Amino acid sequence: MAFGKGSDLISISDLEKKEIEAVFARAKKFEDAVKAGKVKRTLEGRVVASLFFEASTRTRLSSASAANHLGARVIGFSGIEGTSVQKGETLSDTIEMVDKYIDAIFIRHPLDGAARLAAEVAKHPVINCGDGSNQHPTQTLLDLYTMRKEFGRIDGLEIALVGDLKYGRTVHSLALALNHYKVRLKFVSHPSLKMPDYIRKEVSNPVAETERLDIGKCDVVYVTRIQKERFSDLMEYERVKGIYKITPGVLEGAKKGSIVMHPLPRVDEISRTVDATPNARYFQQAGNGLFIRMAVLDAVMNG
Amino acid sequence: MAEVKLEKIRDGTVIDHVPAGRALQVLRVLGVDDKFSDIVALLMNVESRRTGRKDVIKVENKVLSKEETDRLALVAPNATINIIKSYEVRKKTRVELPKEFVGIVKCANPQCVTNHEPVATRFSIESNNPIQLRCRYCERTQ
Repeated sequence: MAFGKGSDLISISDLEKKEIEAVFARAKKFEDAVKAGKVKRTLEGRVVASLFFEASTRTRLSSASAANHLGARVIGFSGIEGTSVQKGETLSDTIEMVDKYIDAIFIRHPLDGAARLAAEVAKHPVINCGDGSNQHPTQTLLDLYTMRKEFGRIDGLEIALVGDLKYGRTVHSLALALNHYKVRLKFVSHPSLKMPDYIRKEVSNPVAETERLDIGKCDVVYVTRIQKERFSDLMEYERVKGIYKITPGVLEGAKKGSIVMHPLPRVDEISRTVDATPNARYFQQAGNGLFIRMAVLDAVMNG
Repeated sequence: MAEVKLEKIRDGTVIDHVPAGRALQVLRVLGVDDKFSDIVALLMNVESRRTGRKDVIKVENKVLSKEETDRLALVAPNATINIIKSYEVRKKTRVELPKEFVGIVKCANPQCVTNHEPVATRFSIESNNPIQLRCRYCERTQ
């Protein structure tokens, strides 16, 4: 089924290139409308569930804001405290029940594949806002949207993915989504945090893998946080945290016009002093999440 | 190599062209263990015109279920199943990989939702040779 009314968005690989481009076109319209203060309330009278089984700031708030901008009401929870999940309720039962109250679901869950399972149970559209270390498709869409907005194209860009490439689901989804475009990739990571083979072998663009933070030719430097919460061995975390730090000094060697992106939150991998440089785009990137989530929600609820 | 002959079975199943050395895995797939009371005959590493060497398994009074056939496809994807009735081959089929394995394979990813929720695993075939499966839920291959 083509992406549209009634669809779920679980994995970026569910979307064909033309569907991704259609989301961008819709997001641009919403971006213009929000900036002009003239958003059509296309979801007036509808209810959207925001089921965040795991912590989130940007994705949860931008999803709720997207629904609110479009006139929908939002119900849900952030963290499982106070829900029946604490009493041992299964995800399937929770979704089966919530599905009776709402018209669409935003879900984040710590287990890989939880969003796909939720989509099988729910009759209403399910939008994956991150399932474990698997997928985060709206983040990938907003990442691509940001690159396209900044450069007017994605083809031809040289993109460095830096930091935690092992556990970071955003870089997994992004690397695969970039298969739709002709780019050159650079994977910069400590050997213990390399891009997993199951992702690496599906990447169709040329890739250079390196441990050294060499960004001289890159148009986009996409930095990720070392994800402490996914390490079973905290000694390993201590060994690798803070190995890459983007500073104004590092950016002196960067290509003119290059941008620094980050899915946020950052810890110390991008110095605060970078915020004032012309390269910093991570806050604009986070802002684009609103327009992308408006576009996705509108597409799955209105077609 | 001297020809090896086994007595025919009256009713049951003969699984032929099992890759050499996989017969014991096939028995596990079929649930044949020390409590199994019917006749089981096992030939390992016998000559095969098609593959050089092969294993052959004969199990009396057994007809494979769909689930067992799917499991068999994982360990012996090119095997032949002969249904025997009154000492005659009544039906001969090649094992075929199903489009999807449902509830048969456990996902190797400990963080996959299928290892935490009461849901049947579902795997699609990513490649035939060697067999590689993709989990519908966590999207990993194994």
